[in-house]
Amino acid sequence: MYDVIIIGSGPAGLTAAVYTTRANLKTLVIAGGKWGGQLMLTTVVDNYPGFPQGIQGPDLMLAMRKQAERFGTEFIDEDFSEGDFDSNPFKIKAGKKTYEGKAVIIATGADTKWLDVPGEKEKIGKGVSSCAPCDAFFFKNKNVIVVGGGDSAMEEALVLTSFADSVAVVHRSETLRASQIMQDKAKKNPKIKFLFNTEVTKILGDEKVTGTELKNNKTGEVSKMDLDGVFVAIGHIPNTIKFKGVEMDEKGYIKVKDHTRTNIDGVFVAGDVHDSHYRQAVTAAGFGCMAALEVDHWLRGQE
Amino acid sequence: MADKTFTDQNFEEEVIKSNVPALVDFWAPWCAPCRIVSPIIEELAKEYEGKLKVGKVNVDENPNTASQFGIMSIPSILIFKNGQPVKTIIGAQSRENFKKGIEEVLSL
Repeated sequence: MYDVIIIGSGPAGLTAAVYTTRANLKTLVIAGGKWGGQLMLTTVVDNYPGFPQGIQGPDLMLAMRKQAERFGTEFIDEDFSEGDFDSNPFKIKAGKKTYEGKAVIIATGADTKWLDVPGEKEKIGKGVSSCAPCDAFFFKNKNVIVVGGGDSAMEEALVLTSFADSVAVVHRSETLRASQIMQDKAKKNPKIKFLFNTEVTKILGDEKVTGTELKNNKTGEVSKMDLDGVFVAIGHIPNTIKFKGVEMDEKGYIKVKDHTRTNIDGVFVAGDVHDSHYRQAVTAAGFGCMAALEVDHWLRGQE
Repeated sequence: MADKTFTDQNFEEEVIKSNVPALVDFWAPWCAPCRIVSPIIEELAKEYEGKLKVGKVNVDENPNTASQFGIMSIPSILIFKNGQPVKTIIGAQSRENFKKGIEEVLSL
């Protein structure tokens, strides 16, 4: 029996684990088959405080995990499969085992949102990617597009310029959503061009990506573009599908009340799984801390 | 270590001509998700010793093998039987998923 089971191992989950273990709560982290969250798919993180030269996303996560382990957090590197939140202790299933916890923190974060157009799904890893730092290498002297208009789209595009001949940022609206500093960086790069008011409607190619069909949503004009890679950076969807009985909003984010609580007494929430607004490593870590403190407080109240 | 290093030079001998099925982990030092997969692959190498040959191809150093098998994303795990890639698993996955893929190939 654990005092608290934390589901998720990104900045929210691991920060929560540091706090709960330091409060002497017996803590289990269901870390998932792919632990570490979205930062495992990034390169240098320049906006996490304490690292004046920046830090590699995966290195930051490894450091957080070691810090949580140092205070006695137990880890299961299996995917969460289901939870029974009807009665306390809560029963959390991961891999083939079921674990019991007096309190639960849901910190499962969010995953890549795909375009959901014909030709996309079967070509993930064959020219369709959501991770430029991982895959840019395979697009040496090739032509690629990045779909999206936020900071992560700019970052993907910039990473790709080290390898690809040309990078077009395809964005459905007229203005970018990215921060000014990222926009400026991307606009200054001679390899990057922009296609505004444009949507990808189809990804072409049999074995691998050979092109896309694009539609200008102002003129309605449909065109084809020959290229080798499509990098998708249109945002994220919260990982909440497996949480039955936990209240969510219309977009699937967990509904939060009093900062860290869900509709179920004893089930708390932290990070991108409830936060569609800030979505930063440092805010996720902050939410993890808040949830951990509330869990400690709540458990004392139960005694 | 139970897992081997495959290269452009030894791939034919070690993988294509292997008597037992071979699992190949295409990776690179700069690939973050590869770092999640590596320790899992090393464990599986031990677990399936004798039944499955397990090794890694560094795509930076062995571009020919990577392009021969159309690798465009890493980590990519290919499982070979009788010289042919019969199973492809792309991206970081849970240990169970890799095991499922291996069992599938071993039961062919």
